[in-house]
Amino acid sequence: MKMRFLVPVAGFLALAVFLGIGLTRDPTLVPSPLIGKAIPEFTLPRLAAPDRVITDKDIKGKFALVNVWATWCTGCRQEHETLIWIANENIVPIYGLNWKDESTLAKQWLQQLGNPYTATAVDAEGRVAIDWGVYGAPETFLINPNGIILYRHISPMTREIWETEFLPLINKEAGS
Amino acid sequence: MRMQKPARITSFLFLTVFLMSVSVFAQEPDEVIEDPAQQALYKRLNQEVRCLVCQNQTIGDSNAPLAADLRREIREMVIAGQSESEIKQFLTDRYGDFVLYKPRFDGPAALLWAAPVLLVIAGIIAAWRIIRRRTQLPYSDETDL
Repeated sequence: MKMRFLVPVAGFLALAVFLGIGLTRDPTLVPSPLIGKAIPEFTLPRLAAPDRVITDKDIKGKFALVNVWATWCTGCRQEHETLIWIANENIVPIYGLNWKDESTLAKQWLQQLGNPYTATAVDAEGRVAIDWGVYGAPETFLINPNGIILYRHISPMTREIWETEFLPLINKEAGS
Repeated sequence: MRMQKPARITSFLFLTVFLMSVSVFAQEPDEVIEDPAQQALYKRLNQEVRCLVCQNQTIGDSNAPLAADLRREIREMVIAGQSESEIKQFLTDRYGDFVLYKPRFDGPAALLWAAPVLLVIAGIIAAWRIIRRRTQLPYSDETDL
């Protein structure tokens, strides 16, 4: 019974640890409830050929990235070089979701900076983006061959993120 | 009756601040729904749904494009006759519980909701036990002195 004074001390330490963990986390990175779920269905016009559509079924079948971008998004310009590098690695196709953008500007962007996308879907009204839980570009989703979302990265893509977060997930699933 | 100069300045400042507050209302006039009950639900949801790009604002307070998109989406669902819980389910399916300023009473959040009540009950039990022990041992404290 002599040690009873330790109860509040232990309580304080537990609280301090939890609050300390809380401080290290970034509240702007909202976890996605879509991880582990199938990609939302969609049918959108293609940027390169607006009379043809691209759907969720086009993405399924192999590992793929879905990258949400727009010409008004500075982080997208920042990551663009990395996306081209990833596309050249030829491990996964990258599909673009051009979010609330003007198609003429988007086409210019791809002409000037290079096009890492296998295909780009045009979501001018932002409805499909809401279905994907998108709240800020750039966002990059990793999809497995069954069309399940394995991972979502918010903020510009980097080689380091690709190597530490995306590649291990692909290797793990592809290996098993 | 002419106002004194300081009074005029004060009233000018007051008017300026008062007029400035109008810009706080981000809601567009064309977003109003004819049915009063639906309009009430729409307005309430606008104040309960978090704008995720500007996290300390509701979508009703925010001018962010995503907030406008979410208002449009909610407005269409309200007009289509969907219930409050259906609309909230739609939002949490996509953005998680964080999107609601007032999290629902389920899952891990239920523990948080219940925590204040549980703590008060624990406090009452602890206080009751201490008081009972002290009253059952009336003179022990005095003899220790």
